[in-house]
Amino acid sequence: MLIFTGILVLMIGYLIWFQVAKSRETINNPYNARLETFENRVIRGNILASDGQLLAYTEVSAEGKEKRVYPYGCTFSHVLGYSEYGKTGIEELGNFQLLTSNAYFAEKFINELKEQKNIGDSLVTTLDVELQTAAHDALGDQKGAVVVLEAATGNVRALVSKPDYDPGEVAAKWGELSSSEDSVLLNRALQGRYPPGSTFKTITLLEYLRENPQAEENYAFSCEGKVQVGNSSIRCYHGTRHGELDLRRAYAKSCNSAFADIGRSLDVRRLQELTEQLLFNEELPLAFPYQKSSFSLKTSDSEALHMMTAIGQGDTLVTPMHMAMLMAAVANDGMLMTPRFLNRTESYTGQTVERYPVTEYKRLLDAREAETLKGYLRSVVEEGTASALQSDLYTAAGKTGTAEYSSDKNKSHAWFIGYVTGDKPDLAVCVLAEGAGSGSEHAVPVAKRIFDTYYGEN
Amino acid sequence: MVNVITELSKYAMVLFLALYTSVGFSLVRKPEEEKRAALWQQNFLLFGMLLTGNLILYLNTGNEKIVGFCGVQVILFVVFLTLQHLIYPKSDRLLNHNLLLLLSVGFLMLARLSFDKAARQFELAVLAAGLTFLIPWMIRKSSGKLRGLYGWYGALGFGLLTAVLIAGKLSFGAKLAITIHGITFQPSEFVKILFVFFAAGMLYESQDFRRVAMTTGAAAAHVLILVLSRDLGGALIFFVTYLVMLYIATRQPFYLLAGLLSGSGAAYLAWKLFSHVQTRVLAFSDPFSVIEKEGYQIAQSLFAIGTGSWFGLGLGQGMPYKIPVVEEDFIFAAIAEECGILFAVLLIFVYMCSFYMILNIAMCLKDSYYKLVAAGLGTLVIFQAFLSIGGVIKFIPSTGVTLPFISYGGSSLVSMFAIWAIIEGMYLKRSDEVSENDKDKDKGAKKEKREKPEKPGKKSGKPGVQ
Repeated sequence: MLIFTGILVLMIGYLIWFQVAKSRETINNPYNARLETFENRVIRGNILASDGQLLAYTEVSAEGKEKRVYPYGCTFSHVLGYSEYGKTGIEELGNFQLLTSNAYFAEKFINELKEQKNIGDSLVTTLDVELQTAAHDALGDQKGAVVVLEAATGNVRALVSKPDYDPGEVAAKWGELSSSEDSVLLNRALQGRYPPGSTFKTITLLEYLRENPQAEENYAFSCEGKVQVGNSSIRCYHGTRHGELDLRRAYAKSCNSAFADIGRSLDVRRLQELTEQLLFNEELPLAFPYQKSSFSLKTSDSEALHMMTAIGQGDTLVTPMHMAMLMAAVANDGMLMTPRFLNRTESYTGQTVERYPVTEYKRLLDAREAETLKGYLRSVVEEGTASALQSDLYTAAGKTGTAEYSSDKNKSHAWFIGYVTGDKPDLAVCVLAEGAGSGSEHAVPVAKRIFDTYYGEN
Repeated sequence: MVNVITELSKYAMVLFLALYTSVGFSLVRKPEEEKRAALWQQNFLLFGMLLTGNLILYLNTGNEKIVGFCGVQVILFVVFLTLQHLIYPKSDRLLNHNLLLLLSVGFLMLARLSFDKAARQFELAVLAAGLTFLIPWMIRKSSGKLRGLYGWYGALGFGLLTAVLIAGKLSFGAKLAITIHGITFQPSEFVKILFVFFAAGMLYESQDFRRVAMTTGAAAAHVLILVLSRDLGGALIFFVTYLVMLYIATRQPFYLLAGLLSGSGAAYLAWKLFSHVQTRVLAFSDPFSVIEKEGYQIAQSLFAIGTGSWFGLGLGQGMPYKIPVVEEDFIFAAIAEECGILFAVLLIFVYMCSFYMILNIAMCLKDSYYKLVAAGLGTLVIFQAFLSIGGVIKFIPSTGVTLPFISYGGSSLVSMFAIWAIIEGMYLKRSDEVSENDKDKDKGAKKEKREKPEKPGKKSGKPGVQ
């Protein structure tokens, strides 16, 4: 008898726990058709930027027809998502909140009596209109993605994916958008997987330093512009001969020969462990649909593949969001904060309903390693491929990348990953421009525009 | 306006059921004489809930048949209660109330989901009530002879299960039912009862090791054949019921432990061997990763429960029809969605309360044979309720069993009525035992005891008649 009482009480406890802790996340699912019935009783709430500017709202005409309006058009397309023809982005993430009304009880009761709709709650996001606009404009017509995270909080300050669309016109243009060859509706920042190119040297470097703690002082390499690998060779960008290099300069100049040579010497099993620790092949703490980054090098693979992988040209694939998260963790002394899109829910009159806390996700690196990496990333701006980011207003650091992605050696993705510090909270940034060319020419300027905007120089 | 009424009556329904349940629990151990006033209240709450529920349903669907349906339910309940009072004046009213309450919730949800099924369920309930009406009388009058026939019970039950395995038709991946002359029924629902009588007979006669081994062997055969028919829920119910009966008969914790260990081993083997077991476990462990197919049902069920939240969306306001097999195995999700989680939790309390009452009867019976039968039947009901609800809310993997008295299905309903009637019969037997005792002790006291139940009996018959 006690046993049955026990299991039944446990079961009741589970049911209550489910409702308290799990139900929101469970029911906010595109397969749950029930949420659509909420729309019959509630006018979808507003989405606001972190400073309260309106990013999305519902306009009700005199006849009661509802229309979702996005004042910034294309600028916020992928991060806000759309709410017709299914839901994506924040429109999906916060669907439940937007369709729940926490207006005053009496007001809701009177509305019920009059059979009028209540007004849904507003979502205050972590997005920043200026940074988002800067990132959006700087990328221009270029396909690609930009992610800007606040390192200490994980707040997503900007998230751009191009090509983009006007969320307000999705219903009207659905056929065209959903069948486009450029995958307009794909959020490249989270779902696009690209070879990391030289940005991966950051990870190769970290592994090399772990295996050779003295390398910081002892390392020496003489660059001839290429290294021989079996029948073929790995060449430095434009065939440049970098000459005599220490580790810092090899990294700052992004010397392929040096890093391919380093790749030859690394313990692949330990490199695998490191990439796992840095969340390759792992789940990421993201509330949006995303792809995992993949790292697949094995000890048994050819030496050529070891060397290619070390300079980011092997089979490794990464998402821009993942790279931004890695930079945020470095800037935050090794601690990765969970990327945070939503700040709080408010009733439409501005009363706070719920706050979404800043949370630590995982320590990816210890503080000492993060500090070491910061020095190397800084050297890229001081004496290397990202020198365009030198400024009196802020201190930038980062790594460029130029990733070949097809047999055509002239085609490459431009990367910049890095962070900026100064008298404002640190920002981590990842810029990817698909097929644009070199990182320093095509990705660094986008980062610069974002940093300049952040520190008030236009 | 309809919105507001629906909204308010949601709270009223929860309140009614909360009061009903608390009255129920307060009465479990009280002697019959002190129950009268409270039983009156329960009657009132029961009918209050029935009328409120049907009113919302009518307002939301505009289906005029609901009014008539509500009417016939009231008539059925009044006739049932009145006949019980007249024929079995000493019957356990509380148990009868619980039966009617669960039945009315079932009618309400079925009427909301499919009026045809509700109507059919109503016919079946009338049939079941009629068929089982004399069972208490039979139990009361029965001598010790019937219990000696346990070998026949076992053989008949096992034969029926084998017939299903051979001739049964497949539905939802399990062989459960056979059809004779166009009437489909699920023998395992009745074999459950036979099995309890079989095991009680075996273990009542002797508890030596040989007898225990034989009975266990027979029980294992039942379980195995159900597993082969892919009726996992049925197999589990037989297994647990037998284990409890074995423990009560022998009081040997060793048997309980051995049974649980071998049960876990068997479950592990079943999971390794059968793909349909793996499917259920997968759907349980992560339904959302396989939402397109295996996890669809559980996911829809959780959507329903979660969206309904504490007080529900209101009858007729949700989408319970999105959940596959909602009228049968998954009806609990529909109840939680539209009547709310609080209401659903209170329903679990009603099952618990019934279980305590049955165990109470078992404990008070001096005849250890009936003690075993009562404990076995009580376990059967509560464990079936647990499997059904646990599967729906993803507390355990879904095993596809019906919710007693609520789910749609004739065999399940008739067998549950039969169990209730048997328990009622044993309750009457217990009163007889008590009376006999009194006779020996004090003749004067006996007279008073005999008279007492009759007067208030008529009194509490009144609300029924009104």
